[in-house]
Amino acid sequence: MIRMLIPLGVFVGLVALLIVGLQTAEQRKIVASPLIGKPVPDIRLPGLHDPDMVRGVAELRGQPFILNVWGSWCWACRVEHPFIERLGREAGVPLVGFNWKDERADALAWLNRYGDAWSFHLVDFEGRAAIDLGVYGAPETFLVDHQGVVRHKHVGPIDAPVFDDLMRRVLALRMEAES
Amino acid sequence: MIAELGQIALILALAMAVLLATVPLVGAWRGDERLMRLAPSLVAGHFVFALAAWLALVAAFLNHDFSVINVALNSNLLLPWYYRISASWGSHEGSLLLWILMLAGWMLAVVVFSRSLPKPFLTRVLSVMGMVSIGFLLFTLLTSNPFDRVLPGPPDGQDLNPLLQDPGMIFHPPLLYMGYVGFAVAFGFAIAGLLGGRVERDWVRWSRPWTLSAWAFLTAGITLGSWWAYYELGWGGWWFWDPVENASFIPWLIGTALIHSQAVTEKRGAFAAWTILLSIAAFSMSLLGTFLVRSGVLTSVHAFAHDPDRGLFILAFMGIVTGGALLLYALRAPRIATGEGFDWLSRESLLLLNNVFFAVSAAMVLLGTLYPLIVDFMGWGQISVGPPYFGAMFILLMTPIVLLMPLGPYTRWRQDKPQRVLHPLIKAAIFAIVGGIVISLLLGAWNMRAVTGWIGGLWLAAGALGWLWGQKQSIRGRLPRHQIGMALAHAGAGVFVIGVAMVESTTLERDVRVAPGETVTVAGLNFHLEEVASVKGPNWIADEARFSVQRDDREITRMHPQKRRYHRGGQVMTQVALRPGPLRDLYVAMGEPLGDDGAWSIRIHIKPFIRWIWAGALLMTLGGLLSATDRRYWRTQRAQAGRPERSPIGQEALA
Repeated sequence: MIRMLIPLGVFVGLVALLIVGLQTAEQRKIVASPLIGKPVPDIRLPGLHDPDMVRGVAELRGQPFILNVWGSWCWACRVEHPFIERLGREAGVPLVGFNWKDERADALAWLNRYGDAWSFHLVDFEGRAAIDLGVYGAPETFLVDHQGVVRHKHVGPIDAPVFDDLMRRVLALRMEAES
Repeated sequence: MIAELGQIALILALAMAVLLATVPLVGAWRGDERLMRLAPSLVAGHFVFALAAWLALVAAFLNHDFSVINVALNSNLLLPWYYRISASWGSHEGSLLLWILMLAGWMLAVVVFSRSLPKPFLTRVLSVMGMVSIGFLLFTLLTSNPFDRVLPGPPDGQDLNPLLQDPGMIFHPPLLYMGYVGFAVAFGFAIAGLLGGRVERDWVRWSRPWTLSAWAFLTAGITLGSWWAYYELGWGGWWFWDPVENASFIPWLIGTALIHSQAVTEKRGAFAAWTILLSIAAFSMSLLGTFLVRSGVLTSVHAFAHDPDRGLFILAFMGIVTGGALLLYALRAPRIATGEGFDWLSRESLLLLNNVFFAVSAAMVLLGTLYPLIVDFMGWGQISVGPPYFGAMFILLMTPIVLLMPLGPYTRWRQDKPQRVLHPLIKAAIFAIVGGIVISLLLGAWNMRAVTGWIGGLWLAAGALGWLWGQKQSIRGRLPRHQIGMALAHAGAGVFVIGVAMVESTTLERDVRVAPGETVTVAGLNFHLEEVASVKGPNWIADEARFSVQRDDREITRMHPQKRRYHRGGQVMTQVALRPGPLRDLYVAMGEPLGDDGAWSIRIHIKPFIRWIWAGALLMTLGGLLSATDRRYWRTQRAQAGRPERSPIGQEALA
């Protein structure tokens, strides 16, 4: 009898894991990555428009910046795009595009169509740098302060409330940088 | 209006399912003939209403009824009619409706083909399947209604994801669901057996053709998905170990174990409890697959719209179905007799090894798929488990399967002698080793993986066909279909192994810059780019590269890869040009435009023997279907109809 309960026990464990998974799927949007409070990884990647020009986030040291993970294949990125444009106009800090697992032509066509609101793009076709960043999926948005420390991460598309929240946080980071 | 009729039909189907899950079950419990006799009619009604609901959704798609949200989100005026039909199952909501229709169809098939089963048993099978249907109908009606309206409707819809606008995608989901849902029959049989309190060899025999056909459909569905990913995604691979692929592969592995353990239980009465457990597991893993795809727990390229509420619903449903089944198993399984014993070398012991390796493989794939979740849960950071883990694990687990598979059919039940089993296989072994080495040399694929792949594949094929030939010699008359089916499926595994080994070891890939008028040479073939033209399709425009492929200045074929941009949504899609061949595929895909001279980056692949992967899987499918139609499973059923239940290996045997 006890032996026969083993499959049930295993199954209960599985369900428990999945329940936790479901809940953290919710939480992942709010709390975020182990990177928070730690320096942003020193990512150096080719640009999108000019593949020969390798750029890195290190060159932004001294000012806060926003890093936004996107891809032309990512449906939700299109949803958040109006807010990306507003961030580009209103945030007053560099907005770095992190083009993830994309094809160059697709990404350029996407930008042509919807508009390029980012300051510049880093290209991670193979998704290696994304692993260092702990990217769950596109879109994702990181806030990094002037000392290069990751301060906040939002997983999922930006909507109006998230946008307001991000703007408040960016403002705080800018004031921190100036003082 | 039609959408509302569909909605009503769906609710009526739910009513039928609720009645089916309760009334006849009470009848089976009390032995009340009249209540039990209701089951077939309820099944028929359930099917009719499910069909009506599905047709209503298809009609809404065909009529461009954009006030139905699901239609507005997944179809538009430019979409051709055949993709409008397939769009009806392209979305989460629509695919659930297809699930329900197929479940209803399987239930109807059980009524039609297995009506000679003992009444109480058949009634229990149908009631259990009715319970499963309740869950899916509630899920659809409460969280994912495909008939929701928005008024006034938009003048035109969004687009069906261009990736899904493809012939392969018309058939991939229905076949896959046929397999998933088909395991519900084996599940129903297992639960009905447990509910009845005795495990009969007879019902295992009756459930075999159902399991075999579900397994065959699942094989076909996975194959089609792999083929589609190969030519449509433009990555040139055939399997990516993506969570969603794994979600369909786990039930397949368990199903493979199940069709083999059923053989033992039917013939020898052994492994009875294990067979029941596998029946429960195969269907539970199908449910788990549904959960993983639709809950957003894992990130995947196949994302359906993610909604945690839906995830919670499926999880609760799975908890009830699987949890209940396993509880019942724990209560009843101790009473199941262990069947007859067997020696260390016997068909039972070989099938036991088969089951161990397939079950362990399924567990490893499940672990690898859920590992990111476990790691996250433990707070170890974030990790993604990739092809290296799965690849290494599979070579490890499949090698013994390949080595032992040809031995199975030659081995006698209960006990056998090594010399007797190995003797007829010596020729096959020599043939495989010599043939493997010679062929690899001839093909110029002289590397470890290709050679072992050829030897393994030829060993499987020669072992299986040699056995069939031996059978043919030893019996008069025609070979039974289940034997031909098994040999075909095992030979198919050999073909599959050869395909995988060749593709993984000797694929040529070149990424090159080509301007119009230039020629690139790969493996002795000249790819000459004549021009890059602009072409128009029904709902897209494209740049098309026109290649003439020549060998020794003679054109052997023309290839026209495209880069498409769809009007609605503006998605850009790579349309690969493929020249399939039995020995190699030519594969040309357009990358991106480079510079002003009209040059493009072009990806050229030469993939040897990749068709063999799918051909092998197709042989397995055919083998499964052929076995399922063997008269043995059906004739016995008819012959025994009306007779009292007999040869119990449950309670009585123990008492």
